[in-house]
Amino acid sequence: MSVKALILTGFGINCDRETALAFEMAGAETDRVHLNDLAEDPARMAAYQILAIPGGFSFGDDVASGRILANRIRHRLGAPLQEFVTAGKLAIGICNGFQVMVKMGLLPLFDGDFTQEVTLTHNNAGRFDNRWVNLNVDGATSCIWLKGMETLEVPIRHGEGKFIARDEPTLEKLRSQGQVVLRYATARGAHAEGKFPENPNGSVDDIAGICDPTGRIFGLMPHPEAFLHHTNHPRWTREVLPKEGAGLQLFKNAVQFARENLT
Amino acid sequence: MANRIEVTMQAGQPDPAGEAVRLKLHEDLHVTVEAVRAIHVYTIHADLTEAELEAVRTELFTDPIIQTSAINRSLAQNFDFVVEVGFRPGVTDNVGRSALEGVEDIVGRDLGDDAAVFKSVQYVIQGISKADCQRITKRALGNELIEQWSIKSTLEMAALNHAPLLEVPLVTDVSDPTVQEIDLEIDDTALVALSRDMMLALELHEMRAIQAHYRDAATVAMRKEAGLPSTPTDIELEILAQTWSEHCKHKIFAADVEYTDAEGKTRRIDGLFKNYVKATTDIVGEKVDWLISVFHDNAGIVRFSDDYHFALKAETHNSPSALDPYGGAMTGIVGVNRDILGAGQGCRCIFNTDVFCFASPDYEGEIPERLLHPRRVLRGVHRGVVDGGNESGIPTINGAIVFHERFLGKPLVFVGTGGLIPVKVNGVPSEEKSAKPGDRIIMTGGRIGKDGIHGATFSSEELHEGSPATAVQIGDPITQKKMADFLMEARDLGLYTCITDNGAGGLSSSIGEMAEKPGGAVIHLDKCPLKYAGLAPWEIFLSEAQERMTLAVHPDQVQAFLDLAARREVDATDIGEFNDSGRLDTYYNGALIGALTMEFLHDGVPKMCLPAKLEAIELTAPTLEAKSDLGDDLKAVLSALNVASKESFVRMYDHEVQGASVLKPFQGEHADGPGNAGVVRPDPNSKKGIAVACGITPKYADLDAYHMMACAIDEAVRNLVAIGAKMGTIAGLDNFCWPDPVLSGKTPDGAHKMAQLVRCCEALKETCVAYDIPLISGKDSMKNDYKIGDTKISIPPTVLFTASAILDDATQVVSMDVKQPGDVVYVLGETKNELGGSEYLALSGQLGDTVPQVDPVRARARYETLHQAIAKGLVASCHDCSDGGLGAALAESAFAGGFGMTLDLAPLKLDNDLVALFSESQSRFVATVPPEHVDAFEVLMKETGCYRLGEVTEEKQLMVTGAAGANIDMPLSELKAAWQEPLNY
Repeated sequence: MSVKALILTGFGINCDRETALAFEMAGAETDRVHLNDLAEDPARMAAYQILAIPGGFSFGDDVASGRILANRIRHRLGAPLQEFVTAGKLAIGICNGFQVMVKMGLLPLFDGDFTQEVTLTHNNAGRFDNRWVNLNVDGATSCIWLKGMETLEVPIRHGEGKFIARDEPTLEKLRSQGQVVLRYATARGAHAEGKFPENPNGSVDDIAGICDPTGRIFGLMPHPEAFLHHTNHPRWTREVLPKEGAGLQLFKNAVQFARENLT
Repeated sequence: MANRIEVTMQAGQPDPAGEAVRLKLHEDLHVTVEAVRAIHVYTIHADLTEAELEAVRTELFTDPIIQTSAINRSLAQNFDFVVEVGFRPGVTDNVGRSALEGVEDIVGRDLGDDAAVFKSVQYVIQGISKADCQRITKRALGNELIEQWSIKSTLEMAALNHAPLLEVPLVTDVSDPTVQEIDLEIDDTALVALSRDMMLALELHEMRAIQAHYRDAATVAMRKEAGLPSTPTDIELEILAQTWSEHCKHKIFAADVEYTDAEGKTRRIDGLFKNYVKATTDIVGEKVDWLISVFHDNAGIVRFSDDYHFALKAETHNSPSALDPYGGAMTGIVGVNRDILGAGQGCRCIFNTDVFCFASPDYEGEIPERLLHPRRVLRGVHRGVVDGGNESGIPTINGAIVFHERFLGKPLVFVGTGGLIPVKVNGVPSEEKSAKPGDRIIMTGGRIGKDGIHGATFSSEELHEGSPATAVQIGDPITQKKMADFLMEARDLGLYTCITDNGAGGLSSSIGEMAEKPGGAVIHLDKCPLKYAGLAPWEIFLSEAQERMTLAVHPDQVQAFLDLAARREVDATDIGEFNDSGRLDTYYNGALIGALTMEFLHDGVPKMCLPAKLEAIELTAPTLEAKSDLGDDLKAVLSALNVASKESFVRMYDHEVQGASVLKPFQGEHADGPGNAGVVRPDPNSKKGIAVACGITPKYADLDAYHMMACAIDEAVRNLVAIGAKMGTIAGLDNFCWPDPVLSGKTPDGAHKMAQLVRCCEALKETCVAYDIPLISGKDSMKNDYKIGDTKISIPPTVLFTASAILDDATQVVSMDVKQPGDVVYVLGETKNELGGSEYLALSGQLGDTVPQVDPVRARARYETLHQAIAKGLVASCHDCSDGGLGAALAESAFAGGFGMTLDLAPLKLDNDLVALFSESQSRFVATVPPEHVDAFEVLMKETGCYRLGEVTEEKQLMVTGAAGANIDMPLSELKAAWQEPLNY
């Protein structure tokens, strides 16, 4: 049976096409589905092994990035989403999708219920920024999306990507449960240690992405779907790079995991 | 029933919004304050229970991790003054609109049409005087055209005792909508006064033509039969004024011109558009086979591949941006997006471009009445385009910022968009569309308010005391994004037959134009959805409220169209019908209130005859100081605003969304060297690419408008050629921005400005024909003057030339950064003594006398050989040589690549090293070639001007030996810092 990925659209989501392309290149079948169509017939979710909330500017980032879409998904799709998660299926939120996930409490999902424990807010520089960043994958990660990966270079494109946890114990819990899986780094692979531009937004502990305790639900600010082809890379005209963009590996990992475990 | 929720950061959390304001006050106004904290205020005008209010406070408005909030209680602490800034009634409030949706999600019910949320911001300022507080509020925090504010001291806040600072901005001035009859049986003076008083922007001969039309027996009979008064109604005059406006009708480009050239020879030209713009495309169209749709649609359309067509359009939004830089510019970018969405059967937007012209942000003189400081205009315009483009999910891939003192009078805001559409949609060629009699008229997108009324006529005049504040709108990218997504679905389902956007002139323009094919239309204005009550019928028809498209829908499809719109939460309303009556009829509450024949509406405007006489300009040869070390001069040139890095602005544009990026705006080792053209690969199943670049050279206008135009075209073209584009694949857009060229009492030099326009058009045609570039679309904005009292500022004549090229293989393009030590450095093209208008002379306040001139035949030969060299993989890097001359291009290539250069200028055979380094001769490149390809490269390029100057070095130093004894020996880090510093905001 083939792996199917549901790509959410509507209300200002705008990376749905390239996110769908990434899953297709990774071997999945994809459907781009408007939130209202899904809310009308939530049973549709059962047909999919993977849910993606792509990047974009849902509701214009008005009030706070991701907040209004997060509430809307929680109110209209809360129960079927809970079911999807309980069934051990996979979900990814990229950029605005990650903001939606943390604000509705789909991440970090400590106890399986939707409670907001962390946030993503205005970059230290107080402005939107589009630049490529180096990322380190936590060596011992159980995140299925990052399996076998050590580093990744992809762009960030956000104004509200600064990761903050509720408090120190929350942060410690994230670390100790292996949920901090992606960190901003230097080109040589050292921790960014909060320094701009390596850490582009001032995120606590250089955190760029986290997963749930099972490693199946994953959110990150950088855009892996923006690096599917070597010509997407900012230095492809001066470096020898594999034809396939490094961002594709995340999607391949998920599709492979879904094929082996969920179909 | 209004409740206020205040939200601010928890103690101990940084407050980037407040901190950004503190920095801006310091940098822009030199006001240093101790601290600024921002409090976000949401005023909820709706019936909510206390429990509901508490729920929206916690679930919607407050981030529990970092924020704190209160209901109807002030959170301001530790301050000298609090300034609250909110919108005036009726102004588009995007955050408020989204917040209302958020509130309804949480309370789980529709709160009704009267419910609203209003967003305002309190700046809580510590360490400021009352006088400074008033000054910074007016000059930085608020814009009185669209915003209201309240300033309170500590004592005043205590006295308020938690009451709101601002009134709820409800639209309360609701007058009863009426239709006025306008008496036209008045003398000429009164006609002129009427035109001015009603903001019609019509000239006397046009008012007379209308007067004559209403006296005509056929008109009298038609009106009698229809039951209309013999005098025009307000809506009829307004429709005529909009349709006949310079902005919509391009009367100057259509006028007869009596042109006297520099030799004193006079000839008559029957229309600049016809004889130069259209003629160019007619000639080139015989040679290229990829033109699909030119001139008659919202954008030009060309073939991209066997599967897709490519649409391109650029617009200006100058006048609104002068009054409200943020809203004006944002409206501009989302507006040109709609041109693409309305091109053919509807294209998907795939990239934006933007080019701005401002006076220096460091301007220290007086700011004339009603104008804003250039720095504020720059920040506002930039932020408007950032928000408009980013929120729409369209990458901004190319652009420029140009500075010239005379843009103080009016900033220029050029915005462009490219789009893609399948070659066939539902089996029909996608460029074909037309409304048919019987099709319903559907308006979709946003609602109508008083925003943007008289935008078209306002843009057809100079900025004056009476310029209306209502002409300003604020864009709403999310409403538009929802509409655009919906329309792409509706297109593919075949739910409409014709589509166009509502831009200048609103429904009046879109319906008036769409009704030309079927031959008439009936509109019921009371059916149009309004933002608030109280609009007169003519205001509904003329409003330029944003985010709206007009469609023709077959009656059988109307229900399906409206159903899909409802599922996507997009407003769509059936407001009338197209017919073949030969008339545009407007109804309000069942009564006919206006009837105009299509013939008079579209063809009744009298043609103008404009004098054009070229005046001789006195030019002085520059004085040049002989120097032996030119390192500091090169640094100064790199620091010139027109040369300096714009990276801090460009990084704020999303330039990669949609995942098609191939060449980004900044390139090289640290992605900080200035790229030549933006390149995307929009179809992942094809290697084909689209490159886009721009050329704009107003600094040459005062020397010679002909060469200004030729240089702008050449700049755009060589930016494309530099990345590897092929001649014969390039399409062009011409966007003219001119000071008023109509000779009159207020424009005594109009004949000269008109003659400059003629010269410019001559260059447009001659250069484009030589380069085989068809002009596929364009626009003109002809009244870029400021006049209040005795102060008149006219912009320099300016043309933005946007050029696109279709690339067979996007993976073969070349970037501008040098790649490795040992590569050989060439200059391609002749360097001549053409310092006129150069950045180098501008440093000493000189204009000079020798304007750069394009030799299009020789340049084209070079562009063709360079394309071959790049296609063969011989070239490691290639950079266009323009502002700042060879010196700037060499330095940029070197520091972008992170390697030095050792060069000798002797091969250029010039006896003046200043000329060699800083002359801005056209059609040149700096290219680097690996040693193993040098022979093949030189064989290819030797006939078209190829000068070997030296090589790339490991040492990060630029070493240049001049032919006349001057030299440069400077570390790259120093040059790069000089280039990056000035505009690093």
